Amino acid sequence: MSSVDAPPDSPAEAAEPEAPRDAVREALLGRLTEELGSEIVGSHIRVGDDLWVRVTRDAWPSVADIVSRKMKFRFFDFLSGLDWLPSPFGRDMDSQEDITVHGTLPKELPPMASGYAGGDTRFQVFARVYSLTDHIGITFKADLPDDDLSVGTWSTVYAGANWHERECWEMYGFSFNGHPHLKHLYLPGGFEGNPLRKDFPLLARRVKPWPGIIDVEPMPGVADEEGGE
Amino acid sequence: MAAPVSERDQLAYISNQAADARVNLEFESEGMTLNMGPQHPATHGTLRILAKLDGERVISCEPMPGYMHRGYEKLCEVRTYPQVTTLVNRIDWLGSFANEVPWILAAEKLMGIEAPPRAQHIRTILFELSRIGNIALFLGDLGIQLGGITVGFYAFRDREHVLNQVEAVTGGRFHPNFDRIGGLKDDLPKGWIAETKAAMVKVQKFCDQVEDLLIGNEIFQARTRGIGIIPPHVAESYGLSGANARGSGIDWDLRRDNCPPGLVYDKCDWTVWTHPDGDSFSRSWIRLQETREAAKIVDQLLDTIPSGAIMAKVPRIIKVPEGEAYVATENPLGEMGYYLVSKGDLNPFRVKIRSASFNNISIVPWLCKGVYVPDVISILASLYFILGDIDR
Repeated sequence: MSSVDAPPDSPAEAAEPEAPRDAVREALLGRLTEELGSEIVGSHIRVGDDLWVRVTRDAWPSVADIVSRKMKFRFFDFLSGLDWLPSPFGRDMDSQEDITVHGTLPKELPPMASGYAGGDTRFQVFARVYSLTDHIGITFKADLPDDDLSVGTWSTVYAGANWHERECWEMYGFSFNGHPHLKHLYLPGGFEGNPLRKDFPLLARRVKPWPGIIDVEPMPGVADEEGGE
Repeated sequence: MAAPVSERDQLAYISNQAADARVNLEFESEGMTLNMGPQHPATHGTLRILAKLDGERVISCEPMPGYMHRGYEKLCEVRTYPQVTTLVNRIDWLGSFANEVPWILAAEKLMGIEAPPRAQHIRTILFELSRIGNIALFLGDLGIQLGGITVGFYAFRDREHVLNQVEAVTGGRFHPNFDRIGGLKDDLPKGWIAETKAAMVKVQKFCDQVEDLLIGNEIFQARTRGIGIIPPHVAESYGLSGANARGSGIDWDLRRDNCPPGLVYDKCDWTVWTHPDGDSFSRSWIRLQETREAAKIVDQLLDTIPSGAIMAKVPRIIKVPEGEAYVATENPLGEMGYYLVSKGDLNPFRVKIRSASFNNISIVPWLCKGVYVPDVISILASLYFILGDIDR
């Protein structure tokens, strides 16, 4: 299946009529707009596949409430963070072999760009819920301004968000207001830094560069003839 | 040891647990603190469980993962798309091939390519073989945890039939690293189909033995029935998936309900089993039935493998177009998915790994509150987790 990307549209304006439509997800988005109104600041539908909704930071906790209680999205998939800063360390793969295969790497960083449903800030918190009756998932995102990386907790609605928020807290440094038990999950107590941020260097790669693509395995069916049994 | 519990007792137990669910004890009152792990045999690796006891009862129970955290989400960001399969193999190391599949499917979705039908078929067969290899060990381990060592030996013996078949195709018993964007690395070796058919007969026989020795065993039932009850709404809100959800009566299987393109479960006839009780027994029973169904699926698919190419035409240097995708499959442990963010580069920009055990084990503080110490072991065994799948 090749999925067709509908252009990102704000819920206020109508989508282009010639693009393939996804009635189910559009109805879902309509329902969410009804509940949340202007708190929805961006959305994206990939027809027949998925729905992304970006809400304001203030609306984040109430989103969980609405989708779980009123819309039957009771299954909690995951919650995590996104850091849209282009990695200042490049790919960390510019060993000799890679440079000969791919040419030299661009040294200047590309501009920061957010993904589906847009975004204005470097950090976003995102989470996914799923409906066990309709078998549809929604991915929610919310922008977090750099000077205040805090957002309301989902753990009062989705109990499973508890650990996910703890992980997100230590990996990204977001704080979740109202979380009962925000303490380290994976990292040791005195750990400094937030490892999943893009500006946190992967030390193993700084110390010893990746050997790169040394032997390129030929694709089966391309280089050698069909095996078959 | 808990005797078979009446319905009234079960309800009282559930309501007690529900009342305690939101209270988070901070280990401050009197009582004994018991440290299970990191090297406890009941923890399949290095899960540490800090339990606070009042006599034989557990007042609070806090799992402490992280002893095996390998930072895969970060490591994925500096690897090319094909290189990532090597990493994700090590997440759930008993069903390694199953970890590769959602990753490959996510990349294929963004690239807009699809594996040829033959590759999809063999992919599904290998997926189910890794499920059998994984859950067979669960069934054996369940016996070992509860004192029935025999089942453990049977499991290790009969799992080998499946691992041999996986090895014959992929070259690796544990870490196949065989799935590729656009297909599979190689075709099946000669004579493999007949051998696998024979192995599936042995798997069915093994399941019958487990049923006789363990699931039907009186002691096993006394240790698991009515213990560790998870009501369906709690399972949902914790994100429990796989057999843990179906054991609570949630009729949901991603293979049937939301099968991503690239797997061919719709081409075979099989059953999704559920159990209404939600206790340790029902979770174990579901997994036994799942093994049987998996063997059935493999058996059917072996008869219908189409001919053709094993690999679609893909560029030699794989760049995935910009976009985001979440693909999840029904892995042996539950829902395993990858949220992939691509910037059109050689390597992914961000990978969020949604592993099943992480959610499945996050219910332990809620579930183990108020149970007896020996029941902690049977509950943990029945929830079934792989440490690599929690810590990633």
